[in-house]
Amino acid sequence: MSDTAAQNGQPAAWWENPWLLFAIMGGLLAFTGFVQSWLLALTIVQLCMISAIMALGVNVQWGYAGLFNAGTMGFVALGGVAAVLASAPPVAEAWSAGGGRIVLAFVFLAVVIVAVVLARQRLGSLARSLATLILIVAGFAIFTQLFEPARDAVEAVNPAQSGYLGGMGVSILFGWALGGLFAAGAAWVIGKIAIGLRSDYLAIATLGIAEIILAVIKNEDWLTRGVKNVTGLDRPVPYEVDLQTDPGFIEFAAGLGAEPNVAAGIVVKLAFIALFGIVLITMVYLAEKALHSPWGRMMRAIRDRPAAASAMGKDVKARHIQAFVIGSAICGIAGAMLVTLDGQFTPGSYQPLRFTFLVLVMVVVGGSGNNLGSVLGGFLIWFVWVQSEALGTLLADLASSTLAEQSPLRDSFRDAAPHLRPVLMGLILVLVLRFRPRGLLPER
Amino acid sequence: MADLLNALVLFSNFVLIPSVTYGAQLALGALGITLIYAILRFANFAHGDTMAFGTMVAIFLTWAFQAMGLSLGIFPVALLALPFAMVATALLVLGTDKLIYKHYRNRKIDPVIFVMTSVGVMFMMNGLVRIFIGTGDIAFADGSRFLLRAREFRDMTGLDEGLALRTTQVITIVVAVGVMAALFWFLQKTRTGKSMRAFSDNEDLALLSGINPERVVLVTWIIAGGLATIAGVLYGLDKSFRPFTYFQLLLPMFAAAILGGIGQPIGAVVGGFVIAFSEVALTYAYRRVFAYVGPENWDPEGLFQLVETEYKFAISFILLVIVLLIRPTGIFRGRIV
Repeated sequence: MSDTAAQNGQPAAWWENPWLLFAIMGGLLAFTGFVQSWLLALTIVQLCMISAIMALGVNVQWGYAGLFNAGTMGFVALGGVAAVLASAPPVAEAWSAGGGRIVLAFVFLAVVIVAVVLARQRLGSLARSLATLILIVAGFAIFTQLFEPARDAVEAVNPAQSGYLGGMGVSILFGWALGGLFAAGAAWVIGKIAIGLRSDYLAIATLGIAEIILAVIKNEDWLTRGVKNVTGLDRPVPYEVDLQTDPGFIEFAAGLGAEPNVAAGIVVKLAFIALFGIVLITMVYLAEKALHSPWGRMMRAIRDRPAAASAMGKDVKARHIQAFVIGSAICGIAGAMLVTLDGQFTPGSYQPLRFTFLVLVMVVVGGSGNNLGSVLGGFLIWFVWVQSEALGTLLADLASSTLAEQSPLRDSFRDAAPHLRPVLMGLILVLVLRFRPRGLLPER
Repeated sequence: MADLLNALVLFSNFVLIPSVTYGAQLALGALGITLIYAILRFANFAHGDTMAFGTMVAIFLTWAFQAMGLSLGIFPVALLALPFAMVATALLVLGTDKLIYKHYRNRKIDPVIFVMTSVGVMFMMNGLVRIFIGTGDIAFADGSRFLLRAREFRDMTGLDEGLALRTTQVITIVVAVGVMAALFWFLQKTRTGKSMRAFSDNEDLALLSGINPERVVLVTWIIAGGLATIAGVLYGLDKSFRPFTYFQLLLPMFAAAILGGIGQPIGAVVGGFVIAFSEVALTYAYRRVFAYVGPENWDPEGLFQLVETEYKFAISFILLVIVLLIRPTGIFRGRIV
């Protein structure tokens, strides 16, 4: 992406044809279907689509604007929270125990923040520092007094089953939009602080904010149940069990000559894929529109020649914040979709390698700045990520086939297999950056 | 009076000594980050996993030495393994430099590409460490656990509160002071150290005066790898070794380096201690300290803990943000912002 200006307009080589590359990707998935199982292939496709959406989001940040966000995980997790808060049924008992007081505490906190901002705008320098200090210390103390008893009351309500306030009890699809909003809000705050600094500082700051978002999610049980997880979330498609017992469906499956349970699994997965497909296609369409609009050209010009863009009167920092917020919102939507697919929210499952750096690999491999490239990267890298464990296990079995049945080495080979994945991903990232820095589908 | 002394002992035992120890470990890590930043001009995301790698080598050697029946008396055998682990880590980082970073350096590529490449290196090191040693917690400190037990201290002084000194805490502080003194002597007094500082200040002038950049880079990687190993082994001895924890140390180490002024070795040291002290002091529950300092027979309610332990990352992050907002160059005027 460093010298795109010079390379734009040059005709694409035949191997850079998106149709060809997507056909190969489809072939890989079909191969999985034939050799392993179609259910597995469809499961991979579902997550490929979510990965592709995350990659589109990171592409807006890194590809369009050259912003290195090392905190994608945090925005994805916020999307997950939104899915929970939208779809989980409200816990009436918890609300009456302390819900109102928690709301009051946060309204108070908001008032304090407004007061601090006003004080900093209106007062002279000495009075300003003094007022800020007093407001923060007193505000924090009063907030704690308001908040903590209410929190304890909420968390004490039936902790094994709920112990949190619950959500709004509306469709989880609303949570997808809410996830985008949550992530966008968080991105706006962090962007205000960290954008405009050196690129590595943004990476470090976002790395930190992601860890903090996760710490909040894991520890604020009243909000998200923390590490106790939320299970049994609302599902926008039918359950397999319901289909299997539905006489109409059994007949339909028999008409196709398939086992009802296999057919049910496939139909449910296809329903999810259709739903995700709508989002993915809309996103690709919008991202392409944005990229090929004056806005997209301006973003790329800012990325390649920030000083020149600034001299032309472009507000570089504001544009960067814009790209950062939009990209994060897309990641938030993807995070909500992921929780929908899982049907549960498990904060412990968010790992930076999986949700931040893997998405980065997808964008770089696919081709920074190219939306179709990001989709391709999302599919391909997710496929490799999933299948490399199978491959690793296979290799481990091969390597240990010469060993005795009870050999301790046999176990250690098997234990090591999943950790081949980060090695492979790191290798791919380094090799692509070194030998094909513009990715499989270079920016046009 | 005795109450005040008790409060002081309590504070030293649970806040002061742990934060000085942790601060020394962070400072050694942050020194490596800051040196790489000063010479190679990028934020090395692989540093936490470099620490993990070095510590892993030290653990394997420790086990080998233990199997051979070696013992250092009251000191952990890992100290004997440390020099070998430093050499191994230095070779590893030199290898990554030769295979990966050198290419970009020769082309003077955008620093953010360096950062991204270091993410790739981080992935690989992370995976390798987990393949070789697994993901679990490993305690590898042997020797005697305490140099001074809380009960001995109480008997000695007649106070109610005890002050314990763990062997690993003393080792950390002694080793860290020694290493830092040697490093600053090296940077200030030797020819190579001076050429490193010159290169950091102004690359073009340094090249004009005949400094060999590849040699500077080589020495920087050797020192950074060595420091990472020392920091990692000391941290592992003091707490325990777990690959993911070492990855998570990246944030406080970056925060320390930036807070002190990135590219400034002295800044990394000060930053490390500031971050460590803030983390420990803000997450400690002062209930018993206040019980001593407050009026007679007063049993305070609540824990008097400012920040919950789970949010200790937030502390280094918030300090980082405050510095970036108020004084982006850090305490000691770091290089570039």
